Amino acid sequence: MAFLEIKGLVKRFGKLEVLKGIDLDLERGGFLVLVGPSGCGKSTLLSAIAGLDTISGGEILIDGEVVNDLRPSKRDIAMVFQSYALYPNMTVAQNIAFGMEMRGVPKPERDVAVERVAATLQMSHLLSRRPSQLSGGQRQRVAMGRALVRDPRVFLFDEPLSNLDAKLRVDMRTEIKKLHQSTGKTIVYVTHDQIEAMTLATKIAVLKDGALQQVGTPAEVYNRPANLFVADFMGSPSMNLLTAKAVSRNGVAGLELPRAHDAAIFLRLPPNIRAGAVQDGAELIVGIRPEAITDPDGADRNSPLVEIVEALVDVVEPAGSDTYVVTEASGKEVIARMRSDADVRPGQRIPFAFDLNKAVLFDPRTTQRIG
Amino acid sequence: MSGRVEGSMAGGGSAVSRVVIYGLLLVFAAIFLTPLFVMLITSLKSLDEIRDGNMLSLPQSPTIAPWLSAWGTACIGLTCNGIKGYFGNSIMMVVPAVAISTILGSLNGFVLTKFRFPGHKLIFALMLFACFIPFQAVLIPVARVLGMVGLGNSIGGLILVHVVYGLGFTTLFFRNYYEAFPTELIRAAMIDGAGFFQIFRRILLPASGPIIIVTVIFQFTNIWNDFLFGSSFASGDGVPMTVALNNLVNTSTGVKEYNVDMAAAMIAALPTLLVYVVAGRYFVRGLMAGAVKG
Repeated sequence: MAFLEIKGLVKRFGKLEVLKGIDLDLERGGFLVLVGPSGCGKSTLLSAIAGLDTISGGEILIDGEVVNDLRPSKRDIAMVFQSYALYPNMTVAQNIAFGMEMRGVPKPERDVAVERVAATLQMSHLLSRRPSQLSGGQRQRVAMGRALVRDPRVFLFDEPLSNLDAKLRVDMRTEIKKLHQSTGKTIVYVTHDQIEAMTLATKIAVLKDGALQQVGTPAEVYNRPANLFVADFMGSPSMNLLTAKAVSRNGVAGLELPRAHDAAIFLRLPPNIRAGAVQDGAELIVGIRPEAITDPDGADRNSPLVEIVEALVDVVEPAGSDTYVVTEASGKEVIARMRSDADVRPGQRIPFAFDLNKAVLFDPRTTQRIG
Repeated sequence: MSGRVEGSMAGGGSAVSRVVIYGLLLVFAAIFLTPLFVMLITSLKSLDEIRDGNMLSLPQSPTIAPWLSAWGTACIGLTCNGIKGYFGNSIMMVVPAVAISTILGSLNGFVLTKFRFPGHKLIFALMLFACFIPFQAVLIPVARVLGMVGLGNSIGGLILVHVVYGLGFTTLFFRNYYEAFPTELIRAAMIDGAGFFQIFRRILLPASGPIIIVTVIFQFTNIWNDFLFGSSFASGDGVPMTVALNNLVNTSTGVKEYNVDMAAAMIAALPTLLVYVVAGRYFVRGLMAGAVKG
């Protein structure tokens, strides 16, 4: 049975429905990341799990127990806030011990627990300082220490890294991942950063406008996005989403992508689409990630279907580890990811290898994935 | 070259404006300080010297007799025990009234910003309304209510009236201050298992220093200086300092002892003066803190 279950969760502010019936579950020791653009309801969902916001409908269960009406302190959860929310008038040690103090844990026990957590997070030397004397990364550490020390059933993280600079963010991300691996705790984590979501999660839930778009492992969400929104939201640079027409050429079912200055591109149907799923002449949107469009040498040799297409190079963007090459199809830019040493210049005509095994098709009307 | 010209011109201009500004400030300071000066020197003169001399001349033979008389032996009404009893009345009224209205105001501010309930805006608007009701308009209803609850003609009644009247202001102060207080801290404390009063005492109050000082100064001066409520809801030996001072000065019998009157007025003004001197810096700082943080 799932450790954390959310059933038909609805939250309204007045007439505005910010969570429109969320169903989610997470196994014990799982790492669930709620991801979505700002205003999608992910923080509200986290607050509902924490008990900081009341809910308008549905159920939340932790370890089989309905916690709808339990106060936050009775749910046995800990939360790390975006602003860290350290009590400014207390020292680091007092901050970490506050939760235990409120629960009536005797002082000697508290001291031992604080020492232990401080050692885990390598901040024993900071214990007597006040939050105002700490750097951003140190504050973040204290906030995590405060959550860790109580050994709760579920950890909640509300965009904990968004106030850190880029380098520190990557370091702390690794640290959180290590922490999850070493403690095996159940974690729910909110972020708007899809890279954080991909790297940390065992399970990703993508939200938009208060509704779940897709729930799955990072690989599922990345490789087989459920709809156009997820396809566009996950991945950087984002997936190429190109309008195409289903056609048959010489009895081979395929996709036709018009080009402004060239003949239309013809691609055979991706192997994961079963025959008959697509009607001839139907308008479709084909989604293909930049890394699935490469130079022919860089193409995946194990892929069952790679199409080589000659195309004009519009822009070349060297990014160090890779080179992004931009061409045109269906009136949109198409970004291809090539090796960093690929010798490509704007204005050249070069072959692009489309790995159709990694392509997905969407219905433009429903925006849902086909097949 | 051009830079130097501009610099010297700017320097010259600022020197002139400085002289003007400081000159004006000195003039105004003199205007404001003169009454205080006259009060002080008059209170240190003997009656004879006052009759003979110039109002602004320094005392020839300074004496603190008028102060002692004002404090201990001056006649107010029928009793001749000075103003010390009334000074005590005022203290007994001001201290609880300030403390209670400040504590309630901060609790109100806490609830109105961090524990919001449906209709909290309306409640706050109604409390704000209390700030704009003229005292005179409610004298008779208040007298009725005090009579009904058995607090008429007592220090307790005055405390109640001042607490009720002060609540609008103290709530406004604390609400605006706590509005800028990070809500995540409250939420963190809730998750840590702290209850309403624990959050209030452990998290919010330690961060409320500046606004507490602002409120205390504001309430202290208002309540200490109040005359209307004091003269309406107390009488005889139970009146506060301000009313006693009036009775002392407006007495129609005997010789008018200006020096004693002045000394009594100085004594009456001392506590508020003291509060300003001690906490004035924080007063300005507190007002600014609310303004800038927002």
